[in-house]
Amino acid sequence: MARDRLHEMRGRVAIVGAAESDEVGRLPGKSALMLHAEAAHNALADAGLGAKDVDAVLSTGRQTANDVPEYLGIRPRYLDNTQMGGCSFIAHLQHALCIVEAGVAEVVLITHGESGASRVGMGGGDRFAPDTPPGQFEMPFGIGGPPTRYALAQARHMHEYGTTREQVAEVAVSTRKWAQRNPRALMRDPITVDDVLSSRAIAWPIHLLDCCVVTDGGGALVVTSADRAKDLRRKPVWVLGTGEATCHSIISQMPRFHVWDAAVMAGERAWAMSGAKPSDVDLAMLYDAFTIVPILALEALGFCKPGEGGAFVANGRTAPGGALPMNTNGGGLSYTHTGMYGMFLLVEAVRQLRGECGERQVAGAKTAVCHGTGGILSASATAILSTER
Amino acid sequence: MAEEYKAPLPNPTPDSKPFWEGARRHELRLQRCRTCSEAYFYPRNVCPGCLSTDVEWFTASGRGTLHTFSIVHRGLKVTPLPMPYVLAVVELEEGPRMMTNLVGVPADPEHVRCDMPVVLEWADVTPEATLPRFRPA
Ligand SMILES: [Zn+2]
Repeated sequence: MARDRLHEMRGRVAIVGAAESDEVGRLPGKSALMLHAEAAHNALADAGLGAKDVDAVLSTGRQTANDVPEYLGIRPRYLDNTQMGGCSFIAHLQHALCIVEAGVAEVVLITHGESGASRVGMGGGDRFAPDTPPGQFEMPFGIGGPPTRYALAQARHMHEYGTTREQVAEVAVSTRKWAQRNPRALMRDPITVDDVLSSRAIAWPIHLLDCCVVTDGGGALVVTSADRAKDLRRKPVWVLGTGEATCHSIISQMPRFHVWDAAVMAGERAWAMSGAKPSDVDLAMLYDAFTIVPILALEALGFCKPGEGGAFVANGRTAPGGALPMNTNGGGLSYTHTGMYGMFLLVEAVRQLRGECGERQVAGAKTAVCHGTGGILSASATAILSTER
Repeated sequence: MAEEYKAPLPNPTPDSKPFWEGARRHELRLQRCRTCSEAYFYPRNVCPGCLSTDVEWFTASGRGTLHTFSIVHRGLKVTPLPMPYVLAVVELEEGPRMMTNLVGVPADPEHVRCDMPVVLEWADVTPEATLPRFRPA
């Protein structure tokens, strides 16, 4: 493969609008498309732009690429419906960078809306139907929801490195402490490691409090060129580096269960493009569908060595007051998780970098990494964002 | 017994039919690439090692090791085995890995270990469908 030119695009586009739906949580009165629209409306208002300014719409969910533009009354000249799971919106940010740099679009709208809990307006379609690879080679063996699949990676990590359930549970405890500082968070009662360990078993080694919440909600971003960003009302949040990768689709084909190879690849691309390194980061927004996932990400992204993720998160290192603020919105574990949660990583990072986070604000936050999982550790996308170019 | 089996069953496609027909005969059929010699699973007509279409079927030994596992306690309406049961990924001695269930051992992390040797056991779950399961060797 030819060497990419992404490194030349460092700091060439900015996020100039970021917002969530009016509410997140249990919203039986709102369909998935309503949540897309609410978030899109709010993000464009945040940017001080209107529907007519939008050249490109990047979105995914259960719809085709036509549906969100139609619902919003936008006629984009570029459409992107890339669906790689929860990290799709971080990949969309890379795609936005590419099309803005190529001159195909100047103002890009990225939207997410999902009725993950209430299942309103979600449509049908079974990705695990009996004639698909997962339907033939996984579902017959009693795969449940995502916990059974992610548990396979955690079990091998525990075997290879001696990681313990106690260490992994620290992620839930620290994340809950952040959620207590977010009035919108679904789960705000303090928890202990013992609470996590003794919560009911779902798919060993994953217990209930190792799992994210399930909610409804949406989010959207407005991305534009450096030139256009100068004239807009919000202080730009610069995209310094991006990366995306996939290593498998179904979990039984994961190349190494104890190493998240897709994250290693996406992370290496993003760090190389940005020129930044983990020690430059003030805020880590690492997708936490399950407590093991940020641990795998911390190792894959080079915050610690392979196998040291369990020890790394000990003693509240990622909690409020810790050396590495992580998932300051309360994460998928305690704040909100619609199904494809990645958009919320980006919105929170933008808000932190703008200094809008009130009680949970990371003082002086300048640089953030956002990193997501798609599928079952199948895909990854990484973005390094900063207040400075 | 057979008519009571409610858990999901595969609907074979043209690329996977030889595998599922082999399962009915209690033969574990894998594919190997004649170009790069890689043995692979799940079935497909191109080699995932080199994209060659010069591939052949062969019968695997049924021996392997438990690569990783999970013990499923909740979250499914219909299950292939009574809960809790062991959802497993087995590494076959020919190289490829496959998802399966580990049986013949308590569904308890005290009794199940990554890398333990395992051996194939066929389960004729319906008159039409046979699933590969494994037990400790
Ligand atoms: Zn080959």
